[in-house]
Amino acid sequence: MKLDFEHRQSAHCESGVTSSLLRESSLNKITEPLAFGIGAGLFFCYIPLIKINNGPAIAFRTFPGLIFKRTCNALDIPVIRKKFNSKQQAESYLIERLKEGHPVGCQVGVYYLSYFPREYRFHFNAHNLIVFGKEDDNYLISDPVMDTPTMLTSYELERVRFAKGALAPKGQLYYPKSKAVITDEQIRKAIISGIKTNVNQMLRIPGNFAGVSGIRYTGKKIKNWRDKFGVEKAGSYLAQLVRMQEEIGTGGGGFRYIYGAFLQEAQAYTHNDQLPEISKIFTQAGDLWRTAAVHAAGIYKGRLGSQEDFNQMGDYLIEIAELEKNAFLALKNIKW
Amino acid sequence: MPQDMGALGKITKEVCYATDSSGKYVTELSSGWDIKSGALDVAWKDVEERVAKAKQKVLDGEASPLLFFMEYRLMDIEILAGYSGFWQWQVKRHLKPDVFKKLSDKRLQKYADAFNVKVEDLKTMTVHEA
Repeated sequence: MKLDFEHRQSAHCESGVTSSLLRESSLNKITEPLAFGIGAGLFFCYIPLIKINNGPAIAFRTFPGLIFKRTCNALDIPVIRKKFNSKQQAESYLIERLKEGHPVGCQVGVYYLSYFPREYRFHFNAHNLIVFGKEDDNYLISDPVMDTPTMLTSYELERVRFAKGALAPKGQLYYPKSKAVITDEQIRKAIISGIKTNVNQMLRIPGNFAGVSGIRYTGKKIKNWRDKFGVEKAGSYLAQLVRMQEEIGTGGGGFRYIYGAFLQEAQAYTHNDQLPEISKIFTQAGDLWRTAAVHAAGIYKGRLGSQEDFNQMGDYLIEIAELEKNAFLALKNIKW
Repeated sequence: MPQDMGALGKITKEVCYATDSSGKYVTELSSGWDIKSGALDVAWKDVEERVAKAKQKVLDGEASPLLFFMEYRLMDIEILAGYSGFWQWQVKRHLKPDVFKKLSDKRLQKYADAFNVKVEDLKTMTVHEA
């Protein structure tokens, strides 16, 4: 059994899966950047009390699952999403959907994901892929970060669908229920609502751990990391920041470039001439995140390490916070 | 667009977004960037240190081999409890060498499955992967 499904490689797994699952309905119009932007994917969050892989819990994107959910909501597409207690039920439900002709998105953990290079296998449970068929004991997999389709045996797929630890997927799968055609007008409205949601997410979440103020807060904290943890551990922490910012799935520059691409594409639907200008600010922000990453690498590779270097690192983030604040304020003030 | 060979570059190239000379966003394929492969190296060096420390603890009789495999598989007690089906307090108990020695083969098999190793290798801290 093999569904008619075209594999497409993308930068970010959830946006890529969303874009691919909506390909038929949207006649190819919901690209990865549009899915990311409509789903209000851009974020920043640092929670000092929680540790991930023995390092700081930092995210550059919104919570897992939200991009698919918001994008489908904004486009009026009903979504089926299901978790399972039983592995047998999780598999038979999947097979039934495939028989009905639905390619299905699955949340998986990457630790036991056999085709991933070992260096990338951490206990990260919010990866997404699409199952589009089954031949003998092998499921046909479209993993958005891979350049070609791949396969997993039924045991391997079960293992990653039931990965354990934080954000355990519990066999979670999802797909758009209907294949109704998405109109340009719907896309236009969805873009505007996505931008508004993202503005709120970056400017209006109270407290100092999230959004633009989270970036500023992290910048201030970093200046103390050297005294607090010592150069080596502080270096490891910065390495974790850079991984979250640049690793596969981000499209580079902590998702800021994807967002820049979204705003450019959004102009075609909204005919708003401010968007390309604001897009440029996100390009600058992405570039500055990368400059900061190069500086961080100097620290974790042992070339830099003075308090002055940590101050500089913190200042980069404070500068980025200012830049992104201006960008989102400009988006907020648009009269649609 | 950086093209330094990273770990993923051996398997697949990754999609990145960048602006072309006219300022328009396009996607390009990158095989990696040495700044971020450096960050990944740091993460794995930390893991290696933890594994080495765990191994020494097991050899010194301060912990059972579970600790070694837990660090080797990047797990914490919560994750190991999830994969093995034991409760967290049971895992904590089984981390003690004396308790571990008395575990039945059936229980050891659960841990072996969680770590993707054989029971014999579990007891002897043997790793067959490169």
